[in-house]
Amino acid sequence: MSLLRPDLAVIAANVAPGSRVLDVGCGDGTLMQALRDEKQCDARGMELDPANVGKCVAKGLSVIQGDADRDLAFYPDKSVDYAILSQTLQTTMRPDMVLEELLRIGRRAFVSFPNFAHWRVRLSLLWGGRMPVTRLLPVAWYETPNIHHLTVDDFRALVKERGITVEGCWFLSGDTQCSSAAANFRAEHAVFQLSRG
Amino acid sequence: MATARDTETSKVLELAQPLPLDGGQSLEGVRIAYETHGTLNEARDNAILICHALTGDQYVMSDHPKTGKPGWWVRMVGPGKPIDTDRFFIICANVIGSCMGSTGPASLAPDGKPYGMRFPVITIRDMVRGHIALLDALGIDSLYAVVGGSMGGMQALSLAASFSERARAALVIASTARHSAQNIAFHEVGRQAIMADPDWREGAYYEAKENGGKGPEKGLSVARMAAHITYLSEAGLTEKFGRRLQDRSEKTFGFDADFQVESYLRYQGLSFTDRFDANSYLYITRAMDYFDLAEEHGGMLAKAFARSKARFCLVSFDTDWLYPTSESRNVVHALNAAGLPVSFVELSAPFGHDSFLLDVPALDRVVEGFLGEGR
Repeated sequence: MSLLRPDLAVIAANVAPGSRVLDVGCGDGTLMQALRDEKQCDARGMELDPANVGKCVAKGLSVIQGDADRDLAFYPDKSVDYAILSQTLQTTMRPDMVLEELLRIGRRAFVSFPNFAHWRVRLSLLWGGRMPVTRLLPVAWYETPNIHHLTVDDFRALVKERGITVEGCWFLSGDTQCSSAAANFRAEHAVFQLSRG
Repeated sequence: MATARDTETSKVLELAQPLPLDGGQSLEGVRIAYETHGTLNEARDNAILICHALTGDQYVMSDHPKTGKPGWWVRMVGPGKPIDTDRFFIICANVIGSCMGSTGPASLAPDGKPYGMRFPVITIRDMVRGHIALLDALGIDSLYAVVGGSMGGMQALSLAASFSERARAALVIASTARHSAQNIAFHEVGRQAIMADPDWREGAYYEAKENGGKGPEKGLSVARMAAHITYLSEAGLTEKFGRRLQDRSEKTFGFDADFQVESYLRYQGLSFTDRFDANSYLYITRAMDYFDLAEEHGGMLAKAFARSKARFCLVSFDTDWLYPTSESRNVVHALNAAGLPVSFVELSAPFGHDSFLLDVPALDRVVEGFLGEGR
């Protein structure tokens, strides 16, 4: 799984073999394919972009064109072992509701997102006074799909408020992991493994 | 049990047993006209059944014997095409109730006269029963896939639901699990146009036609005109015809086909009557109107697929207002609830409902990808 994006590699490494998985915002199906081929998972996906859905179907994956904000409601309770939302939370209309849906559908959820409090982002805003355009957030404010920027601490506060259990968390700076303590400052990406109760 | 034989135009299977029907009756001496392409492998597991639409036929990739036109899905089916005859054994059968060689209202009843309106009302599942009888005769226990667009998609869904062990995958394009009030309404306009034609004669027009008289061509032509509009998008019609006049520079202040779109529809209606039987049109539209897969499951569509183990792929088109994306999504949600592997994509194409028959490269990729299973 060395070819996976670092946050996807973390998720793939922590999914139990043979599980049922729903990948929400699965893109071209790279993670699903890895989970199917290397962990014998029964992986299903949801993706907004029809061209990406086409790519997934061509890989033999089962993917539905749909919108995380609207179409998760049709999945039965606890119908998968893991609901995965990678790099998609910040693009949804209601991230809190999407998070609740993930934990309704999955026994566990993996959520990964870019950390808006990374020091590079802070510096850019502090010194430039403009919305940051960085390696991880390469698109200008008016055309970015990221409509709900959040930080590691924001996310921690949300899950605490909602009574969601954090079973694991991983923080990434480039390809390397960094410690939990200074994550809100040093992490470019965060991955959380969550459950309810 | 059954005998298969070649005729000039199609292979024909004659069923030795009567075919039971949803309406409670059964149909004796059923003939099923079909075409095959490619080679059935030794394991007999590479067969794909393609189901045709309302006015379609078994000539999916061979020339139509009446019109001489190429098969209706040559762009999709053939050697090296998305439905690859080098790899798959393709079967396409004319549905019962139709008029291209399979038993329908124009066929002779046991008394030697055409059935006409004595033909029993059939359902989509009855059409599928005919397909299953054909698969039995061909020795195919389990299809690699059942594929269809529009009414063909309804047959694919019906087969996957009612004969779940007979197909390992179902590809359903621009279709629905139930006919909506609007769908039924448009069909009723067509049926009333046919039945209002005095030459319809309560469906007993075959003798008159044989003696050089007329059948309900006028009514059938109007039915086709109305239906044809539902197959196209408003934008497509505007682009193709706009308000352009037909072979004239000014309006005639009369009721000639002043506009190109009128002329086009009249031609579509008229040419349709050369190849299609009016009573078949009545019976097949009725079968489509009766189609509601969830009906016998208390409205719970997911229950219709309770015994299915197939993979599914549904495709809709953004300009299709006859079977809009919401209908495909409805099926997808039910399949999801049933825990079945399902893919779905709404493709962008300008041609309305007819997009499934036309040049939409994205559809080719999805069809090839789904059938290829990542190989």
